Amino acid sequence: MEDERRDKDKHATESDNSRTQLKVLIVDDDKVVRLTHKMLLDRVGVKDHVAVENGKEAVELHNNGQSFDLILMDKDMPVMNGIEATRTLRSMGVSCKIIGVSTSTSNKIYVQEFVEAGLDDFYTKPLTVQILGEILEKIKS
Amino acid sequence: MDVGQMQRQWIDYAKSLFLEGFLDGQFLQLQQLQDENNPDFVVEVVSLFFEDSERLLKDLTFALDQNGVDFKKVDAHVHQLKGSSSSIGAQRVKNACIAFRNFCEEQNTDACLRCLQQVKQEYCLVKNKLETLFRLEQQIVAAGGSIPTELSFSG
Repeated sequence: MEDERRDKDKHATESDNSRTQLKVLIVDDDKVVRLTHKMLLDRVGVKDHVAVENGKEAVELHNNGQSFDLILMDKDMPVMNGIEATRTLRSMGVSCKIIGVSTSTSNKIYVQEFVEAGLDDFYTKPLTVQILGEILEKIKS
Repeated sequence: MDVGQMQRQWIDYAKSLFLEGFLDGQFLQLQQLQDENNPDFVVEVVSLFFEDSERLLKDLTFALDQNGVDFKKVDAHVHQLKGSSSSIGAQRVKNACIAFRNFCEEQNTDACLRCLQQVKQEYCLVKNKLETLFRLEQQIVAAGGSIPTELSFSG
């Protein structure tokens, strides 16, 4: 069912109910960003979300058998950054949507490297309700 | 002052923060995420930002005070501060961080120290402004009113 007003996202609609079944992983070293992205996900109807602090923790979750429908991957993190984590996850056979999120857009070479590591898409931080809505719509289709 | 007046005062104050560049659209995003299920979301996120920033500013002061400055470390701290200030919409702090990172690249200690001062200043300013805003909100709620959800700007 098409919801033309899905950008508003103030009420749960039929199309939003399917989002409650999605599982999302947030990978970011910044507490503020993790909390904000969690709230954004709640707002767009995703209740099942996990947040970790760096790429290594994201890889470990997958090694322990967890899987997700969407990964929001920050680029610059200590221990293991987003580029390395994305590459590792892809080489492990992780095929879900991985969206790169970063503030550093000025360096196009790094962005390219990040995308080539295996991202499905890239957005600048911070994400908004609208952008997250678009990302989730793409997953459903 | 009645609730209506307090709400108008809040709106005027909030608008001024945007017009003067202290806050940007990201702060509005955060306000929109706040609802009856999460009535303290903005205060919580901003408090986290204050905690993080104070730690980072301390670390930056320490790092720039060393005999051999580790610019990679300094840059990493500034990058973090830029990220979290951008997440809550603290525009002037974010911009000060951007300038700071340029001087980290040049490995210019003096310029970095000046930037650190600038960042500290902008941080103090936005902290005061936000604390004032939250106080106004508390007054409204205590008087039985609700915080206006729409901040409309003409032009």
